[in-house]
Amino acid sequence: MATSIEYPALRARPEVGDVLLEVENLSVEFHTDAGVVKAVNRVTFNLRAGETMAIIGESGSGKSVTAQAIMGIVPIPPGVVTADAIRYRGSDLEHMSERQRRKVRGDQIAMIFQDPLTSLNPVYSVGFQIGEMFRVHRGMSRKEAKERSIELMDRVRIPEARRRVGDYPHQFSGGMRQRVMVAMALALEPTILIADEPTTALDVTVQAQIMEILHELQEDNNMGLILITHDLGVVASVADSIMLMYAGSVMEKAPADDFYASPAHPYAHGLMKSVPRLIHQAGRLDPIEGAPPSLLNVPPGCPFNPRCPHTRDRCREEVPALRPITGYVGQVACHFAEEVRRG
Amino acid sequence: MFRYTVRRTLLMIPTFIGASAIIFFAGFALPGDPVSAFGGERALSEATRQVLEERYRLDQPLINQYLGYMSDVVLHQDLGESVLRRRSVNDIFWDAFPNTFRLAMLAAAIEIVIGLAAGVLAALRKGKFIDQLVLISTTLVVSIPVFVLAFASQIYFGVELGIFPIAGLNEGLKSYLLPAFVLAALSLAYVARLTRTSLVETMRSDYIRTAQAKGLRPSRVIGRHGLRNALIPVVTYIGIDIAVLMGGAIVTETVFNIPGAGFALVRAIGTRDNAIVVGFTLAAVIIFLLVSLLIDLLYAVLDPRIRYE
Amino acid sequence: MSDDLIEPHVERAETIVEAESGGDIEAIERAASLWSDAWRELRKRWIFWIAAGLIGLFTTMAAVPQVFVAPSPATHDPRECSLRAADGTFQDRLRPSSEHWFGTDLQGCDYYARVIYGARVSIVIGIGVIALAGLIGLALGGIAGFYGGWFDNLISRFVDVLFAIPFLVAAILFLNVIASDGGRGLGHVLLVLGVFGWPTISRLFRASVIQAKAQDYVEAARAVGASNMRILIRHILPNAIAPAIVYSTIAIGGVIAAEATLSFLGVGLQLPAISWGLMINNAQTRILTTPHLLIFPSIFLSLTVLGFLLLGDAVRDALDPRLR
Repeated sequence: MATSIEYPALRARPEVGDVLLEVENLSVEFHTDAGVVKAVNRVTFNLRAGETMAIIGESGSGKSVTAQAIMGIVPIPPGVVTADAIRYRGSDLEHMSERQRRKVRGDQIAMIFQDPLTSLNPVYSVGFQIGEMFRVHRGMSRKEAKERSIELMDRVRIPEARRRVGDYPHQFSGGMRQRVMVAMALALEPTILIADEPTTALDVTVQAQIMEILHELQEDNNMGLILITHDLGVVASVADSIMLMYAGSVMEKAPADDFYASPAHPYAHGLMKSVPRLIHQAGRLDPIEGAPPSLLNVPPGCPFNPRCPHTRDRCREEVPALRPITGYVGQVACHFAEEVRRG
Repeated sequence: MFRYTVRRTLLMIPTFIGASAIIFFAGFALPGDPVSAFGGERALSEATRQVLEERYRLDQPLINQYLGYMSDVVLHQDLGESVLRRRSVNDIFWDAFPNTFRLAMLAAAIEIVIGLAAGVLAALRKGKFIDQLVLISTTLVVSIPVFVLAFASQIYFGVELGIFPIAGLNEGLKSYLLPAFVLAALSLAYVARLTRTSLVETMRSDYIRTAQAKGLRPSRVIGRHGLRNALIPVVTYIGIDIAVLMGGAIVTETVFNIPGAGFALVRAIGTRDNAIVVGFTLAAVIIFLLVSLLIDLLYAVLDPRIRYE
Repeated sequence: MSDDLIEPHVERAETIVEAESGGDIEAIERAASLWSDAWRELRKRWIFWIAAGLIGLFTTMAAVPQVFVAPSPATHDPRECSLRAADGTFQDRLRPSSEHWFGTDLQGCDYYARVIYGARVSIVIGIGVIALAGLIGLALGGIAGFYGGWFDNLISRFVDVLFAIPFLVAAILFLNVIASDGGRGLGHVLLVLGVFGWPTISRLFRASVIQAKAQDYVEAARAVGASNMRILIRHILPNAIAPAIVYSTIAIGGVIAAEATLSFLGVGLQLPAISWGLMINNAQTRILTTPHLLIFPSIFLSLTVLGFLLLGDAVRDALDPRLR
């Protein structure tokens, strides 16, 4: 297994189906004054070229921290990242030197964040910030970088790109700002894009536009896309696979169609039921009772057990492993998944 | 940007009028015989009295006096005349001010270099020894009143160690060093703390996380993205501090016998030389307002969000 | 299953009660939790205890100087001075000894007693000025921030004007004019410092009021019909006052130092007032021969100022929501 990235070899455009990212038993803990926060527990998944994976979970489920751990931007004290493997196209990210990892970051694996207003530096123009990618990673001159930035802004459909390249983030609307972030992230045509709640801070109509842009750009390059969200609906039409997280652990992993048709985990059931539907008689909303646990004090056994309508003794004692179950394509972390499924 | 400049400049005018009115009335209008105030501690002859009364329009209503004085100041840049020293206040001012200016600039240089360095260091090594050291030493410095600090350093460095001249301007640039350090000490403490807080705050921002995610070197993340934002309030503070310093480092000049504007002001108070007291105070206000204006403009240059309001 | 039926009724009742009281329950709960949280945070920090110790010490010294002077073998009255002792020897400018713990000053007064009594002036002025400046500053800043419009314009212009005159210079100017022939006392100094001290407080408070006004809970309170006054007092005040409190605490130290500076320059208190600044002023020409005249009041002064600065720091840390 190579521990350094050989530049020319890995610039090759991946074929659809190539494995881009392999994550095995990734765990992240934060050692704080108040105790140890177990933010991420033994997360395992693969990402292939051209695939869109959605990581779904409530706030505090560990989805963002997982992404940050892959990027290598978890603050190391107080954070502690452990994994059996984090491999990018075969190369071990975990044990790479920081310098090498930085070459991957932004260039090969890019990330965009939730709030584009605070995620963009307010004192530099958007052209500067997009162009920075070219200047730092590719050594381009300022002029060249500017031209490329304008091209990118066009590509994400920001009107009057040439005129606006010198404008500052606060002069753009929310949707436009997010497009700037997308442009910045895709500047170097990365192989993987991680989008952490990219549309949460935006209006519904704008949400759809952003999702469309992401989808288009993904198709152009066979890019792997990881979408992180708490909103089941937003990713329904674009996701190829779903990974459901709760209190830092993976509860269910399945292809999107199967998941949405009939999910297996009780938590997934609860989520589906709680979404208000337009085509329903007026009735009461059906939320999942209770609230997610504090990550300082995760309940023993299955983390979902206090809120699960199907809890039994075993659930409180033994942590369920993620396993395939009969009659379902995906994997579920529940002791009684088959029974639950049977109804 | 242009509109911002114009607006700020226009705002200065009522402020100047208000401040000058207060100063004028404090100096000339409060109870007591204003004419004998001019003479200081000496009694005046009848003839002198009459000349003075005419010169300063004391036979006229107060508001006319004020207007007359102000028109002298604004139109002719004439701050009046000191009866006691038989010189125009302008002359006395331009004799004294350059010394204050030099002192202020030297202090500013010290405070910027050391203050910024200490603040950045403390922020980057937050929680560690150097951070605690900076925090504690700045707190201590700030709690010792300036004049105590001035004395202490005078005794220790000047007398005991004999490194620096104790007082006066006899040794050229060297004589400015100790007072400049004392002057800088207080401001330096604030600059260091402000820089530290601002940088720590800034590094918590989302755009720093974005910069990291872009694969930028830590030095670039901190230097280009972090400092550029963090230093905005610090620069503003330093600017105001310079404005205040130029208004006259009264205590330091007094202790070290530097014949600057502050020193002259204190002397004028002692000798009840009202013309100088009022004139110099007015000068300090004008300097302060001008430098504040410059700082505001600088702030707009540094922070694009301000430009477009 | 039956809980299902009762619960919504209970919830609805609570909502009605909240609405009736103009959302007050929430506001009061929020404010109460803010302050009790702050107190808990404060108690944890060792800086707070050092500060409290220093301030406690000097405030007690100011209130009952007799207690501190009692154990001293020298005279307990700081004003009882004589150049000559009973046996004819000169008593002035003596070094610290077992008889005069801090030595004696130029008039032969026991310096220990004088330094102890000096605390009174500093503490009274420090707290008095901030009380005055705080009152004016909070009132005007609050009005400017909350009502905006012409009130804001007027008050802010006024603040600008006062700001334009350097603090020390302004204080010197006004104190110089006021009763310089011996009539200048504590009250005058307090007044002048208070009048030039309120602008900063008002500016700070105005800024936080404006920020608090924009919060959602204010809009919510308005929606259920709370009056302006109620909103100001119950909702905005508890949340906006934090920066003003931090500044005021630190400013007490600043005022104490300012009074000492003014007395030192000759425009503050005058003899026979007992002020550390005055003592330092008198000590300056004889630093080399009688350093103790400078050292003791300087140390007491610095420690007092330090106490308030540390308290301000500790309060700021305790009230900072992000550190919790």
